[in-house]
Amino acid sequence: MQVEFRLPSLGADMESATLTQWLKKPGDSVRRGEAIAVVETEKGLIDIESYDDAAVTSLVVTPGAKITVGTVMAHLTVEGAAAAPAHVPVGQPAASAAAPPTPAAAPQPAAVPAAAAPPAAGRLRLSPAARRRAHELGLSPEVLEQQADAGVVHVEDVERLAAAARATAAPAEARSAMRSVIGSAMARAKREIPHYYLGHTVDFGAARAWLQRYNAARPVQERLVEGLLVTKAVALAAAHVEGFNGYFRDGRFERAGAVHVGTAIALRGGGLVAPALLDADRKDLRTLMHEFSNLVARVRAGHMRSSEFAAATITVTSLGEDGVETLYPIINPPQVAIVGTGRVAERPWVYQGVVSIRPLLAVTLAADHRVTDGRIGSRFLQAIAELLAAPERL
Amino acid sequence: MTAPMEATEVRSRLLALLAAIAPDIDPANIDPTRELRDQFDFDSMDRLHFAMAISTEFRIDIPEPDYPQLGALQRACEYLQRRLEAGGGH
Repeated sequence: MQVEFRLPSLGADMESATLTQWLKKPGDSVRRGEAIAVVETEKGLIDIESYDDAAVTSLVVTPGAKITVGTVMAHLTVEGAAAAPAHVPVGQPAASAAAPPTPAAAPQPAAVPAAAAPPAAGRLRLSPAARRRAHELGLSPEVLEQQADAGVVHVEDVERLAAAARATAAPAEARSAMRSVIGSAMARAKREIPHYYLGHTVDFGAARAWLQRYNAARPVQERLVEGLLVTKAVALAAAHVEGFNGYFRDGRFERAGAVHVGTAIALRGGGLVAPALLDADRKDLRTLMHEFSNLVARVRAGHMRSSEFAAATITVTSLGEDGVETLYPIINPPQVAIVGTGRVAERPWVYQGVVSIRPLLAVTLAADHRVTDGRIGSRFLQAIAELLAAPERL
Repeated sequence: MTAPMEATEVRSRLLALLAAIAPDIDPANIDPTRELRDQFDFDSMDRLHFAMAISTEFRIDIPEPDYPQLGALQRACEYLQRRLEAGGGH
């Protein structure tokens, strides 16, 4: 059966992407979850994964084309699928399915032989396809000038130049593009979501002691980090306390069936992304740590997976060991809650009736008042605190 | 047991590991005595990945309380040489 393979949603703050590379060609088979293409976004390169075991029938979009979420990228043949599941993942605006086909998908005219017409001095000679691509990619005539010496500029030259320009773009420029997508997503969150905020100080002593024992018995590769205990506690609490795990869309709350915890990861030099740890409430700490470690490494290397972007049903953000004590996060729409943690700090604290020095963790919740209120938010934070007090249950 | 590893070799292998974790780091510009955290925005996950990479590369286990000794290039070199001289790695 033929299915359309569309650019999936890559999160609230990403509406389009540029196709960098096809990893498959017509005739190739692709497994469910396997990357079929690589796209570039303001947040880095993202592998676009197949939703099915399928064979590639045809590729629609040309590398270099900027496409919006929902654009048909390729046609696949899915074997034995009687009824096609929706190939549009959760989180995708329905309207985008009607996105117009990208102009770059049009067949490219055959390149004009360079020898046929030497370029006139001072005037660029662009093939029609090259002219169109150059315009689409925002390449200025000056950038193309150097190519004139070699003869007519073909569409391939334009693609190559655009790729080179992207590769050498000043980091400051990349940062400012990312800053602008973060800005627009957060402005939308602040405009549309009536946030309320709650904070709770959690005695992290039990969790820390348990973790130290756990890690002391294991080699470096198998050790856990403190932040992972928080992520797991949030996932379990979100699965049990109603109203924090899911999306607010079309005027109502849609509870999510699974708990996919978006994990805010800072990028060196500024910016952040929040790909999801899938089914975080059901995985053991060892598995989660392995996935988290991989996620961080891939994000830092600028290479992520599409499934991790569309999926988050709630987000956790942490300032880490080097940060300050408290953070007040902003909800990542269409999600309805985000949990923030500061650094674990040693402070005087009444413990078992005596003032003693304890490691304390400030846990904050920003939640959507259209879905919950402070009373249930308070239960949610207390559930997280209780789980962290009994880390062996995580 | 093999002869103790030369300081320069330890250093160059550490630099290669750093480059793999943070490709944006220019080894020529690294200040060996300055904390990686301050110099390159290394966070706790970077430090963990560094410890993991060192453990694999030099085939030694690094106890968690020793992680801070890997915080700057020079300190990490000295730590590793001590550990390698004491045996257990190669």
